[in-house]
Amino acid sequence: MLQQAFNGLVGGAFYALLALGLAVIFGMLGVVNFAHGAFYMLGAFGSFVLLDSFGVNFWLALVIVPVVLGIAGVLLERLFIHRLAPLDPLYNFLFTFGLALILQDLVKRKYGVQSQPYPRPSALDGSIDLGLFTYPTYQVFVLAVSVLVCGAVWVVLTRTRVGMIVRAATERPELSRALGIDVARWVTPVFGFGIALAAFAGVLAAPMRAVNPLMGSDLIITVFAVVVIGGLGSVFGSVAAGFAVGLVSALGNYYVPSLSQTLVFILMAAVLLWRPAGLFGREEAL
Amino acid sequence: MILSKLAGRPVLLAAGLVVALVLPWFVYPPVALDIVCWALFAAAVDLLLGFTGLLSFGHAAFWGGSAYATGLIALHSGLPFPVAVLGGAAFAAALAVPIGFLSVRLRGIYFAMVTLAFAQMVYFIANQWRDATGGENGLQGIPRELFGVDLSDPFFFYYAALPFILVGLLVAWRIVRSPFGRVLMSIRDNPNRARALGYSIDRYKLLAFVLSAALSGLAGGLFTVGHGFASLQGVYWTTSGQAVMMVVLGGIGTLWGGAIGAALIVELNDYLATAGFEETGIITGAIFIVVVLLFRRGVWGTARDLIAARTSRARPAAENEDAKVEAPV
Repeated sequence: MLQQAFNGLVGGAFYALLALGLAVIFGMLGVVNFAHGAFYMLGAFGSFVLLDSFGVNFWLALVIVPVVLGIAGVLLERLFIHRLAPLDPLYNFLFTFGLALILQDLVKRKYGVQSQPYPRPSALDGSIDLGLFTYPTYQVFVLAVSVLVCGAVWVVLTRTRVGMIVRAATERPELSRALGIDVARWVTPVFGFGIALAAFAGVLAAPMRAVNPLMGSDLIITVFAVVVIGGLGSVFGSVAAGFAVGLVSALGNYYVPSLSQTLVFILMAAVLLWRPAGLFGREEAL
Repeated sequence: MILSKLAGRPVLLAAGLVVALVLPWFVYPPVALDIVCWALFAAAVDLLLGFTGLLSFGHAAFWGGSAYATGLIALHSGLPFPVAVLGGAAFAAALAVPIGFLSVRLRGIYFAMVTLAFAQMVYFIANQWRDATGGENGLQGIPRELFGVDLSDPFFFYYAALPFILVGLLVAWRIVRSPFGRVLMSIRDNPNRARALGYSIDRYKLLAFVLSAALSGLAGGLFTVGHGFASLQGVYWTTSGQAVMMVVLGGIGTLWGGAIGAALIVELNDYLATAGFEETGIITGAIFIVVVLLFRRGVWGTARDLIAARTSRARPAAENEDAKVEAPV
């Protein structure tokens, strides 16, 4: 039971990282990035290719892959997203949907649909005794790192000047603009950062989950439900909902296995009935 | 609005009808059936996207949900296929009531994400409930016969299914042209004004959602009977995306444009599959991106604008309203 809860938190770690990226991108650009799952998948494949073709180990991949994909995100924003920004947000949603299809099928064409192996880094092989039960070291590492990253992002957002600007621009773009903040200047780096976070989650997932072209497209819909639960504009809500959803679906899996996958959507429906803007969202965002 | 008049003119309607009637003579009959089914599905999605301003990314739930319902009725009841298909459409409409009730309160991108999530819920249920849906195997061997007449030849089944498609399209067209459709368009263009005029906009949106789901279900049921099986693919979110893609490619808010989009994408997928190219997402995704970036009016919308430009040049300042093509999304 306690172990189930722990599994849930580890699963929630991925939701939280992805939802965090989606939330900052949405807040800043008003774009719901359908390709977010594809970048998560590319993150996992990136680390696989680095190891397989160049012998680059996990730790380096954890730095290189997010940086490279983050830069790709910056280019993507400059070349395309930016151009669609003045239009209805649905066009960017559709654009990133098309992009997700292309990325997924390109990888599928190159590597097929079967999963690629990625070994755990040797330092994290084995398991730790957590007192009440033993748990795989790698899973503990994933949980710790994602809490750390979300925490670091939280500190940057709440304690620094840059964070203050980004937060203001994320949560109240019009007001920030009116107060003289150059919102446009922060848009591109924030988009790149969100993509880098997705890629980072992908690298973390590689030794633990099956590395295959479809890994992102299945996850992204759940992450959409997570951010709807948390409140789409809310950074804190997205992270909290990420861990909470992980927990709920793991416990659900323990008690009612047949419902486990639909549980998150049932949860979403319940939240929508009660608070249409999500738990931490603002009504006016609708 | 010369062109919408033109589109409503008997000439154009007759041309469309002729194309629909001769299609299986020129196109491989199962592919022809796919085209008309997807055309109706696209029209149903456009009813929401183009005329109500709601981008549903969850219509796979209705297309695929009806596929299972239709398949189960046909397999277990022995009733003729039209009954099964109408039962499937009714099931889709019933499914749309709770989903629509929760979704229509949200706008724009929220609506899209929430419908997507609900459709995924339907997908998981279809996947888990193996006793009814067959899980990964789906439902197989769905009969195709009408009062003892064997319709397993796709060429004949096409003509058995066509009346339902045409009636479905006619219903969509009637909805758009009705006072009810006018209210939907006013909600699309200015929800606050519509509300101020006393329309209960959520109720109108819900009704549009349910009607659209019923038409999607009709299309999905015919598709299922035509292929003889229902599978998880039908309820997967890529199916919703494909329908939206056809609408955008054909032209949002044109209703008939979706048929062109359906024909192009179904033909392309068939061509690629025959050529042994399985990763169709690379090509269709690229086409979709180009359309979103450069031709937002789609094939039919662009053509309509070009003709409109030409007619207004010929008769300067004839009707300024021509320029006002329905605002997309």
